[in-house]
Amino acid sequence: MRPFTYVRAGSPAEAVREFQDGAVYLGGGTNLVDLMRLGVTVPAQVIDVTGAVSDEVTVRDSGGLTIGAGVRNSDLGSHPLVRERYPMLARAVLNGASGQIRNAATVGGNLLQRTRCPYFQDVTMPCNKRSPGSGCQAMAPGADTQHLAILGHSPFCAATHPSDLAVALTALNARVHVVSPADVGQSAGPDNSRWIEMPGLHRLPGGVPERDTVLMPGELITEVELPPPARSGQAPARQTYRKVRERASFAFALVSVAALLDIGPDGRVRDCRVALGGVAHVPWRAHAAERVLLGAPPSAAAFAGAAEAELRYARPLPGNEYKVALARNLIASVLEELMP
Amino acid sequence: MDSAYATDITMTVNGEPRAVRVDNRMSVLDLLRERLGLTGPKKGCDHGQCGACTVLAGGRRVNACLALAVAHDGASIQTIEGLGQPDDLHPLQRAFLRHDAFQCGYCTPGQLCSAVGMLTEPGPSAVTADLATEPPLTPGEIRERMSGNLCRCGAYVNIVAAIAAEVPKSATGAGA
Repeated sequence: MRPFTYVRAGSPAEAVREFQDGAVYLGGGTNLVDLMRLGVTVPAQVIDVTGAVSDEVTVRDSGGLTIGAGVRNSDLGSHPLVRERYPMLARAVLNGASGQIRNAATVGGNLLQRTRCPYFQDVTMPCNKRSPGSGCQAMAPGADTQHLAILGHSPFCAATHPSDLAVALTALNARVHVVSPADVGQSAGPDNSRWIEMPGLHRLPGGVPERDTVLMPGELITEVELPPPARSGQAPARQTYRKVRERASFAFALVSVAALLDIGPDGRVRDCRVALGGVAHVPWRAHAAERVLLGAPPSAAAFAGAAEAELRYARPLPGNEYKVALARNLIASVLEELMP
Repeated sequence: MDSAYATDITMTVNGEPRAVRVDNRMSVLDLLRERLGLTGPKKGCDHGQCGACTVLAGGRRVNACLALAVAHDGASIQTIEGLGQPDDLHPLQRAFLRHDAFQCGYCTPGQLCSAVGMLTEPGPSAVTADLATEPPLTPGEIRERMSGNLCRCGAYVNIVAAIAAEVPKSATGAGA
């Protein structure tokens, strides 16, 4: 590991002021410290932001929640209001990593964790994300592609975003508050801060796979805002998160689904949200599936049709074709589970 | 070490205040093992995947290999050495002996610290059916909650039995 300077920021303003080329923000460190040890991330300066952002979950007047970027994953997953009002979010968090890692990992860091693509993490391999222009080993004949993308990838990168939390936030229409350094202010408001809607924080790789998100250099996530919980009449709308992985616990998703389903009094789908993990460079909002279902009578056949609509344009790599059927079946199965 | 790349920190380790100058790159695990002589926490994978390095930081279990020492200035750390003594074992240590919950023993300090932390953690887990409940710590719940600790000897069956034996009666779901 290359030597680096360390500074603890006391506020978001101080953190972005400290930021210079080659700096990284440190949350729980559960991904960043590993990447530094692997030589994937070689910072000149580490800015510890655990004391700069909130570590509390608070209720807003609207009924939504504000989640500080410094909230530890374990505290989010066990929070009574998250469990009661946003069960898909609690389930997503509880399905991520291990007890030890959830105790350290922060919400902001979870959103900004890097892909676990084997070629990104191996500095002896070409990787356009780690080393722009070096090539993508995942496109080579015989490459290990089983965990890689089937949707939205480019010839330059087929990495997947590994977060569970981000998939639920994408289905819940969360938004992310960001504080920007003064010189990145073109998109930020007058107070050098801005809101980014989810989906929309993460970006597809295209020709610039080194950029995971739309954040500009030095921008810092300070909190995540959840809209008031979706209702189904008087009751909360049914929602859940299901994750398929290679072992029962402590593994990244092969495919995961966050879904919400609300059937109106006319017996038709009034609200429907579906987001997928493990299939793309972003937590993938399944807009095509949602469009098929909105206003339609719900049924097993309708759910299968919606899943088919979403996966119709999947482009699996040699070796991860299984993910197409897995995602299709998982969407349909989770929606059936949500039927009243 | 250039002073720009090192930091003076203080840490309470097993109840004793310690003051050390650390290379900013140093993990809590390396600090404990290489500088403070506490070799109970083990270096297994050094990537947060095996749990052999598990210690309690402020009472919460964490992977010491993924924790930068410099980021734990002021922290209170407890290792297996602070959990029990040879003549005064922690109840969980006694349960591990009683249930034959280890073979080579390399993962055991991490298993024990993890179990101590786990038993204090509130709320549901990934295998809890009803999120609204504080679920009883059944063997299935224990397995899920302990999935951050690997055992290459495969002593899992007895590890779960040992931990289950130390679950407070109020949290087993039995009786009451």
